[in-house]
Amino acid sequence: MNNEEQVTVAQQHQRLMWQCRRGMLELDILLQGFVERCYHDLSATEKLTFDRLLTYSDQDLLEYFFQQAQADDKDIANLVISIRNAITP
Amino acid sequence: MTLARRKFDTLVIGAGGGGLRAALQLAQADAKVAVVSKVFPTRSHTVAAQGGINAALANVLPDNWHWHMYDTIKGSDYLGDQDAIEYMCRAASNLVVELEHAGVPFSRLENGNIYQRPFGGQSQDFGGKQAARTCAAADRTGHAILHTLYQQNIRAKTHFFDEYFAIDLIKDEEGVILGALVMSIETGEPLLIEAKTTLLATGGAGQLFRTNTNAHINTGDGLAMALRAGIPLQDMEFFQFHPTGIAGKGMLISEAARGEGGYLTNKNGERFMERYAPNAKDLASRDVVSRAIFIEVQEGRGCGPSGDYVNLNINHLGEEVLNKRLPAICDSIRTFLRVDPAKDPVPIYPTAHYTMGGIPTNRQGQVVVPIEHGEEPIPGLYAVGECACVSVHGANRLGGNSLLDIVVFGRAAGNDIIGYLREHRYHRPINESDVEQAMAHLTRWDRKGDGISVAGLRGELQAIMEKYCGVFRTEEILQQGLEKVLEIEQRLDDVVLYDHSKIFNTARIEAFELENLVDIALATVKSALSRQESRGAHSRVDYPERDDKHWLKHSLFYKQDRRMAYKPVRLKPLTVDTFPPKERVY
Repeated sequence: MNNEEQVTVAQQHQRLMWQCRRGMLELDILLQGFVERCYHDLSATEKLTFDRLLTYSDQDLLEYFFQQAQADDKDIANLVISIRNAITP
Repeated sequence: MTLARRKFDTLVIGAGGGGLRAALQLAQADAKVAVVSKVFPTRSHTVAAQGGINAALANVLPDNWHWHMYDTIKGSDYLGDQDAIEYMCRAASNLVVELEHAGVPFSRLENGNIYQRPFGGQSQDFGGKQAARTCAAADRTGHAILHTLYQQNIRAKTHFFDEYFAIDLIKDEEGVILGALVMSIETGEPLLIEAKTTLLATGGAGQLFRTNTNAHINTGDGLAMALRAGIPLQDMEFFQFHPTGIAGKGMLISEAARGEGGYLTNKNGERFMERYAPNAKDLASRDVVSRAIFIEVQEGRGCGPSGDYVNLNINHLGEEVLNKRLPAICDSIRTFLRVDPAKDPVPIYPTAHYTMGGIPTNRQGQVVVPIEHGEEPIPGLYAVGECACVSVHGANRLGGNSLLDIVVFGRAAGNDIIGYLREHRYHRPINESDVEQAMAHLTRWDRKGDGISVAGLRGELQAIMEKYCGVFRTEEILQQGLEKVLEIEQRLDDVVLYDHSKIFNTARIEAFELENLVDIALATVKSALSRQESRGAHSRVDYPERDDKHWLKHSLFYKQDRRMAYKPVRLKPLTVDTFPPKERVY
């Protein structure tokens, strides 16, 4: 990987971290923690699903994470479970 | 380098409910409005306000605005300005109906009227029976209000600068605010937004404290911008804490957990609240429980490997009761702590929640500063919401009044700005010297070399604020806190960035946020040290009583010479009689 590509990967990571800044502390912790620890292990398709997840509203995400509702999109629903499981106490 | 410039009638900094309500008022009056937000607007912290919005609609129980006014003044421990409070409580019902017409889906009663729930601190007939005053859109009221206001603003053609960070206000030699220098987070490029009027609506500063309930974006940026522009901050010693936050994370575990029979223990398994409040025990008032937890930890009776929390026990209630009565709390505990509350105790610590102090404004949202006799507005500058201090919350805020605050004073500021724009039709010229200071601030972080990290120093600051300016305050502790914050301020000069790239350099944004937090921390600890009484959320162990004779006044902290000044509380309402200070009994 050359320097230019490295910069791009780092910028991509920072962009994602900024998108994970939400209006609620719970979401900040869940999403930012996941990007820091687990995002790089996702497949290309899973990364696209994560991008899609970030477009959901804060309230919907909160309800998915705290099991008050389930996403219709199965890929999103599975990712929500992975994110919940990735939390370190 | 040529600095890019854009011109608007009004620049709104912050896209929470306060900023968007003002922007909507202006855009609907055909003003050219720009809203700058460091995150996508609907990710502002207003979405976290789930409880509801107060208005004396009397849909469920008898009610009127005058009772609401009394409750708010009493809740403020008589530090709230009674003219602003009357204005807010009178406006509340119309504003809620207006929100409903704009599309907020309030929950309904069977007869079709807006449903209202009872909240703590609400009474009928000036301190009588419980009132039911809080209108809610299920448990997503803040979210519904924010999304509705955002959509209405898009329709009214408000111009949004998403993911732009505001660096500093631009002020000319005569002290008129001419807009702000902002920066695109995506490209790192600065942009000068020239505006006839600028409104700060950047929210609170919960990130001052290690344990807090606030989103990470709540770094008090507008408060620090005001300080740097020579404007004092008002009543910063008043910060609302909840006794039971999830230790190390901050999320709130509501009083319901103790209300259902939960109790606190230290590392010896002792129910220590019996020592601090023999009668009320675990159900003592928030400040008593918070202080008791702090003392247990400080005196070495905290739990866990570092001894830095106490335990909340709800396991004796049994899984069935917990799942039925406290489902959301239990799920939050399971998710963030990996603890099963039906089996094990829950680590908790007091958590910071709401900034009552802020940028001093009048009830039109104009930022005001003291002059020899009275005060005068800063031309072209407004502030609303949690970053402002109007002051309707005084020394403590009632539940359901923060959403009301942002829509009432967002609209009021919008209306006043419309009048200002009519009288000030043209942009004032901006000289290079007016922009120099802000540009120097921007390029400060270009410096290279070795030094300390932003995250490290922010962590230190938050821990210092929690320990020395949190729920346990004495002269000695606050004095130590002041010295430690001053030391952090000096070490800020040694902070360097290792990443100097332009594109999505979030490390640079976090450095600006840290600078802001340090300025606000100084204002907070200095104000807390100076106020020698206990009132509302400011609780001094060495001055346990409220002292109306000496302290029925607002604090003002100035950054330039770290000076404290004071101004009287506005005890005269607009039309009704004053509610004179009385002892607060609930």
